[in-house]
Amino acid sequence: MTASTALDSNTSELAQGAPLTTKDGQPLKRSLGRALRREKIRALFLILPLLAFVLITFIFPIGDMLFRSVENSIVEKTLPGTVVALQDWDSESDEVPGERVFSALADDMMLAQELKIHTRIGTRINYDQPGISSVFRKSGRRIKRLDSDASKDAFIALNAAWGTPDAWTTLTSSAQWPESFPQTAIAFDNWKAWLASEEGDDIDPSTQVPYGFTYANLFHDLSSMENGALNNLAKSSDSAIASLFAGVPDAIDNFPTDDFKGQFADIEKGWVNIQNWQAIKRLSPAFTDSYFLAAVDSERTEAGVQQKPANERFYVTLFVRTIVLSIVITLACILLGYPIAYLLATLSVRSSNLILILVLLPFWTSLLVRTSSWKVLLQQQGVINDLLVWIGLVADDGRLVMINNMTGTIIAMTHILLPFMILPLYSVMKTISPSYMRAAKSMGASDTLAFWRIYFPNTIAGIGAGSILVFILAIGYYITPALVGGTKGVFISNQIAYHISSSLNWGLAAALGTILLVLVLALYWTYDRIVGIDNVKLG
Amino acid sequence: MSSASNANSSSGIRGAAVRFEHVQKSYDGEVLVVKDLNLNIAPGEFVTMLGPSGSGKTTCLMMLAGFEPATHGEIFLNDKPINNVPPRKRGIGMVFQNYALFPHMSVAENLAFPLEIRKMGKSERDAKVKRALDMVELGAFGNRRPAQLSGGQQQRVAVARALVFDPDLVLMDEPLGALDKQLREQMQYEIKHIHESLGVSVVYVTHDQTEALTMSDRVAVFQDGVIQQLSSPDALYESPQNSFVAQFIGENNKLSGVVTDINNDICSMTLDDGTKVQSQAVNIGDVGSRSTLSLRPERIELEPTEQRDNMVPGVVKEVLYLGDHLRIVMAVAGNDEFIVKVPNGGRSTIPVEGNTYNLGWSAEDAKALDPVN
Repeated sequence: MTASTALDSNTSELAQGAPLTTKDGQPLKRSLGRALRREKIRALFLILPLLAFVLITFIFPIGDMLFRSVENSIVEKTLPGTVVALQDWDSESDEVPGERVFSALADDMMLAQELKIHTRIGTRINYDQPGISSVFRKSGRRIKRLDSDASKDAFIALNAAWGTPDAWTTLTSSAQWPESFPQTAIAFDNWKAWLASEEGDDIDPSTQVPYGFTYANLFHDLSSMENGALNNLAKSSDSAIASLFAGVPDAIDNFPTDDFKGQFADIEKGWVNIQNWQAIKRLSPAFTDSYFLAAVDSERTEAGVQQKPANERFYVTLFVRTIVLSIVITLACILLGYPIAYLLATLSVRSSNLILILVLLPFWTSLLVRTSSWKVLLQQQGVINDLLVWIGLVADDGRLVMINNMTGTIIAMTHILLPFMILPLYSVMKTISPSYMRAAKSMGASDTLAFWRIYFPNTIAGIGAGSILVFILAIGYYITPALVGGTKGVFISNQIAYHISSSLNWGLAAALGTILLVLVLALYWTYDRIVGIDNVKLG
Repeated sequence: MSSASNANSSSGIRGAAVRFEHVQKSYDGEVLVVKDLNLNIAPGEFVTMLGPSGSGKTTCLMMLAGFEPATHGEIFLNDKPINNVPPRKRGIGMVFQNYALFPHMSVAENLAFPLEIRKMGKSERDAKVKRALDMVELGAFGNRRPAQLSGGQQQRVAVARALVFDPDLVLMDEPLGALDKQLREQMQYEIKHIHESLGVSVVYVTHDQTEALTMSDRVAVFQDGVIQQLSSPDALYESPQNSFVAQFIGENNKLSGVVTDINNDICSMTLDDGTKVQSQAVNIGDVGSRSTLSLRPERIELEPTEQRDNMVPGVVKEVLYLGDHLRIVMAVAGNDEFIVKVPNGGRSTIPVEGNTYNLGWSAEDAKALDPVN
């Protein structure tokens, strides 16, 4: 192609509105992208530390919290055999599970008490089934003393090879392992973990014979097999398997058991309580809605989701109280902050600086000190009550209760959050030219009319910004309600803190936190739809 | 002056009369921002308060509007004292420096606001708003928000809003300051036109002398809280009363010297370098006192062909070519920044830097001002 035709084709391309190119024929967009890439990489490096910080300290913890509120793998991990065995149990029947489940339970608990995690699972299930934690705790000590060798002895009596480690090597390397032996496979893994914990890592499981619990589970796997399947094992083309299972199909029906169910019932009556087993089965899945249900005062029973009894309902009241008090605090902040912000915006620089310092002064004192000083002021023998009594407004035996209730929370939190209302209001008001009011007055408007028709509408953006700030801060406030709220003035955040640090029910704390987060996001979304988030001005 | 009295005699006059009597204003009790202001504004007159920033002109306007109380003295509106009348009851239309259009209202709502306050019915209100918008040629913009308009359009809305409730007096506080030059000139014409057709009184504040000269019936030049001169635009330019006014209005050359002789309104002076000149005695002391000569650059002739009252040599220091005229900076009689404007006639030769040329001017064009005894 000659130069001139190339040029021609170029111009014709241009004429058709084709993408522009640079002199060397590269598309203009690509050239521009390359030129800007350096800038973008530079910008990325500049924000990288903050990005990493936010990821680690904000996004990741919130993600973790959201996950914790539904995560429930502890049951499946601690009682793996029991969970599998329970699949065949009908939780709506009137009977507690049979011997098969109890042998899996015995095996799971043997490892759990060895690892000292049996109380942990008890605590977890106790959140949903109060009382069950003591069942697990009491059982832990006595698991080791269970009679567990009946099945093992029967297997060995049938074929001495069952008493050798080779039997298990054969079994675990067979084609049917682990599909045909679901419970045994879990029990065998449990035993290996137990062995490692008991004897240390240097011992080789392939030189050891498992304990009786493993045999008990093997028995239940075999006895629940269909006849044909068990016969196939005995006639397996794998000669090692065939010799191992020779005679088993005929003998299996007469195998003795250890009666784990009876032994467990002797240890703790709770093991034959059907509600306990229903709870265990309900919590078997790795994910659960039980925390969220608890967070809204509900629970899942065999009859479905229903509200808890009235005397156990608690969290919905707290959520409602948190929202209502936050609204009241926000309104109080608007009422108190608006005139101050107006003064700040209209006074001379010198006086407004003084007021601004007074507004910001609370920021410079510790939150704890401020809250504590409210205690001093508001208590029944406190400064304000003394003053009221001295003036005679209040009788000495009728001193006002202003602390350790909602009043205390509202007063202290309004004081603490006031600057968050004043500052956005102030920065918006400062941008409102005084000539607006003058113009309105020159047109005949009275001061009141000019304020409501001209000044106020222009400050709505500031009210919105301040309200969002104050409300969102208030809804998650913790220290102040904890110190001055008593029992009637605490917020949902205090319950979250309680579950994080005292009851250690992190799942419930996460569910409560997630609901709070969703509430705030919903509020934000509503605000955006009604007022428009673009209208929020912080200055 | 003349145009004011003309306006008085015509039939469409509805403007208000304003009178300042011995008005003084101080913000801090230490400094007088306005010192003993006396000013009469006739009905229908367009009076401009002109002065540098800080000269007290805006304070005077704010006192008239009622936003600042007078510290002393009395302001009369149509012969009624208004010191104790709040702004909203003065019925004065006002155009602010930054327009002060209400950002949360549409243009039409902005205009309807003063009418609503006057409890005018909706149909009448709409008609008035439409008429006012048509007057400023923004009839189609009623539904826009002020922020959606250009600066010039906002300015017109502000003017329309100040006029929509038919005030007798309109105050304008540097209303064109934020506009670019071309738009400013166009708006000067439009405001002038509206003033003439409505016959309202206008008090206009600006620091732009061109604006003051083109629009006003009379101009009050402010400096240090005092009106330095109150005259029609041509009188202000042709016969300034002191060198501040001469300097502030148009370009001006200053030459200082001692008065040696006074003969009616012509005086002789000996300049500081010994040059003797004749000039008009506008405001001088006795023989022997010092005075300052004020001389407009365009009234000086370069290399005059005929004999003039004053013939003074000058050395060219710099020549600027400005298209329609040449601007020549010269050293004349001890003044190294003496400006001469030479119209570009096409044939005249361009002066050479460093050469000496003769300058000539008539005695009437040189004003002797500022007596110092």
